[in-house]
Amino acid sequence: MSGPLGIVMLCHTALHRAEQVARFWLEAGCPVVIHLDRAVSDADMRAMRAALGAHPLVRFSPRHRCAWGSWQLVAATQDAAELLLRDFPQIGHVLLISGACLPLRPAAELQAHLAAHPQTDFIESVAIEHANWITGGLSEERFTLYFPFNWHKHRWAFDSFVELQRKLGMRREIPRPLRPHMGSQWWCLTRETLSAILKDPKRKRYERYFRQNWIPDESYFQTLARLHAHQIDSRSLTLVKFDRNGRPNLFYDDHLQLLRRSDCFLARKIWPEAGRLYDFFLSDELVKQPRLPAEPSKIDRYFELAEHQRREGRAGLYMQSRFPSHDSGAAKTAGPYSVFCGFDHLFQNFEHWVGQVTGTRAHGHLFGRERVQFHGGARVWHGAISDAAAIRDYNPRMFLTNLLWATRGERQCFAYGPEDAMDHEVNWFMATDANAEIHVIRGAWMLPIWRRGEVSDAVVAEVARLHKREQDWLEVLESRWVLAKCKVWTVAEIRAAPDACLAEAVRDSATPAALAAHGLAPLQGLDGLQEFLTALRNRGLSPQFFKDFNT
Amino acid sequence: MSLLGQFRLRAERHIKLFRCLRKSAALRKRITRTDSIRPRDVLAFVVLRNELVRLPYFLDYYRAQGVRHFLMVDNGSDDGTAEYLEGQRDVSLWSTQASYKGASYGVDWLNHLLWLYGAGHWVLVLDVDEFLVYPFCDTRPLSALTDWLDSQGRHSFGAMLLDMYPKGPISAQPYHSGQNPFEIARYFDAGNLSIRRNARYQNLWIQGGVRQRVIMAAEPKAAPALNKTPLVRWSRAYAYISSTHTILPRALNKVYDDGGGELASGVLLHAKFLNTILAKTHEELTRGEHYSDSREYHAYAASLTQSQNLWCTWSTEYINWRQLEILGLMSKGDWA
Repeated sequence: MSGPLGIVMLCHTALHRAEQVARFWLEAGCPVVIHLDRAVSDADMRAMRAALGAHPLVRFSPRHRCAWGSWQLVAATQDAAELLLRDFPQIGHVLLISGACLPLRPAAELQAHLAAHPQTDFIESVAIEHANWITGGLSEERFTLYFPFNWHKHRWAFDSFVELQRKLGMRREIPRPLRPHMGSQWWCLTRETLSAILKDPKRKRYERYFRQNWIPDESYFQTLARLHAHQIDSRSLTLVKFDRNGRPNLFYDDHLQLLRRSDCFLARKIWPEAGRLYDFFLSDELVKQPRLPAEPSKIDRYFELAEHQRREGRAGLYMQSRFPSHDSGAAKTAGPYSVFCGFDHLFQNFEHWVGQVTGTRAHGHLFGRERVQFHGGARVWHGAISDAAAIRDYNPRMFLTNLLWATRGERQCFAYGPEDAMDHEVNWFMATDANAEIHVIRGAWMLPIWRRGEVSDAVVAEVARLHKREQDWLEVLESRWVLAKCKVWTVAEIRAAPDACLAEAVRDSATPAALAAHGLAPLQGLDGLQEFLTALRNRGLSPQFFKDFNT
Repeated sequence: MSLLGQFRLRAERHIKLFRCLRKSAALRKRITRTDSIRPRDVLAFVVLRNELVRLPYFLDYYRAQGVRHFLMVDNGSDDGTAEYLEGQRDVSLWSTQASYKGASYGVDWLNHLLWLYGAGHWVLVLDVDEFLVYPFCDTRPLSALTDWLDSQGRHSFGAMLLDMYPKGPISAQPYHSGQNPFEIARYFDAGNLSIRRNARYQNLWIQGGVRQRVIMAAEPKAAPALNKTPLVRWSRAYAYISSTHTILPRALNKVYDDGGGELASGVLLHAKFLNTILAKTHEELTRGEHYSDSREYHAYAASLTQSQNLWCTWSTEYINWRQLEILGLMSKGDWA
């Protein structure tokens, strides 16, 4: 038979909030035993005793100094629980909370829940072989190694000593018949189970053992409950969301609607200045408002997203607090894009055509020497990116990543080639970017020079320079670090089978329907090219250069 | 970094701290109310000159965010700025007629006041035209942010400058005292930043925005730096080196993640491009007290006075911090 609920409350800061919460339980008729950390100043302690001490249902338990993860937390809980069970014999369940816990449901609702489950212990208790959520890498070793050093203050010593024990194969014996379990340190146990744990004939032996454990407040009661409990509901009644460092996330005023959707009876940790939360959940406002359906997955998702943003970040974003280095393995750009080299020189109206079949606003030469050739000759593009060549060339790589970030959701298609302000860093960047699709027609950059209809030493020098630049680029594209999808044709190959090559170049970016509607772009006329090449050869260009043109 | 490199940075910091002590001789106490500072208060440190028209909104903005005390240096105002500040109960005021340029553009004075009053506090180092926006700033006070930063073991918080501007000529919409400047300067450039890592100080060197797009387009390298670390849990060993762009020890500059994740960061909305800049430009050009021979102000004189429109078709209108976060200008990180 279960009687009323008793509360053990561990407090160390923000005592005015703890006092508010204590009153909440007292008003519901629940006895409260308060443990004030030894670090609390005498003035604060006296103030709290003065405020609450006269209440017949309040007790203050012997004080310990409870550092994070220390045995003292367990000792303080034991002392407080003993006091509670001794002074209030009618109690059926004992709830362990901290001073920063806030009840999310009316006390009567929790009492009714416990009355309906008089024999059930609500304690998260997971066998260590299944406890794979633990951050920090120690699970079973928490129970088998020694931890004389403080993890917060002497991290190096802590880690080194763990490593040393691993090397030496040191191992503490786990006392029989214990089976190590772990879980949230906030529980609600029945009088029977708690008394059995406190009065266990082997308690001294167990204590000696657990004192050596790492974070015993997450394992002492969780392990012993398995020994003594009649029926365990392995789920904490208290909502706690941990961050990547294993610290509980704080709840603020703007979490009110989120907390209303929790299926837990309490939440921690509440930021002490979150006045709206305290006002809402401790007043009758909670009962007056219509109850929202419990959606705990929504709360999980909220914090998972935050954790994901901290760990992975948003792909392709370079900004003041996210600047992945090249070798970090993070995705380099925000979305797929297509680079066409030489196509606009061989196919008629290529820029327009590629825009039509891919359904995008295709750009011209983004790295054009004079200026950035945005789609439609725009002077400025998404994100207020300027078309000024000087600004682009000041940081060409970020020009590209800015554009891809600002237009995320729309595939970017643009022309690029040796005739542009080609940048070695950008070449490498695109080649090693899995989002890039690079299609190159070797030698096509020569066609505009040919169309100028002039053969002079200056032209030969220009051709030689651009050829060299193309060679450098192709070398990048052939390196073994390439992640981009690359395809290189020669002018001769295109002339032999223009339609097949073009269809292959847009295979992944164009839709079949658009291709059917718009057909393929026709080849531009190349009559007289051979004479131009002959003239160049006769002026002394290397034969190496001409093989791209010979079928 | 080599041992020698570390030694050099340490020497640089100590020389800076000593210099600040020397330069502080020029500061005269006007009124100090620093006795009222309590241990956990967030403090703001400001150097200013002739900013009377901006002050009412500036002070109210930061009071609402939870700044408890303002420590300000008035550099020779003649528009009543000092008298106005003396009348504010949460302001301590120093004044000086010494050269702004000679005091490393005010940094030496700030470092000295930080050394005296900042230690152990979270401090905000600001200009009067900078307005901090941080994650959840519409629902959580600054102390929520600083508490969280404490819990994460972080001692500094980055907030990049975001230049705001109006649509149309700058002189067309005059700014009135007490008015929210972003009613006028409502637009910004959302995605044209250039970022490089500075190997010596480990900070990111950020340029771009409207000042590079319009005013410095011909000389993008000379565009002003936008990276700032204005919020720091101060210690007497710290020193700002160049404005709030760079601070030593350099671990404080690392307000970014280089493994792909995002750290929490904010934005300083920069209300520079109001009609007030026209008079300011004229004054600063005659004084010659600004960075790099006031090159920036020469550029303003050339472009802004000819009623140039800073606005373009892809300018973004400001809504709130969530918008800035979606655009990728700032981040919540894992502050949920």
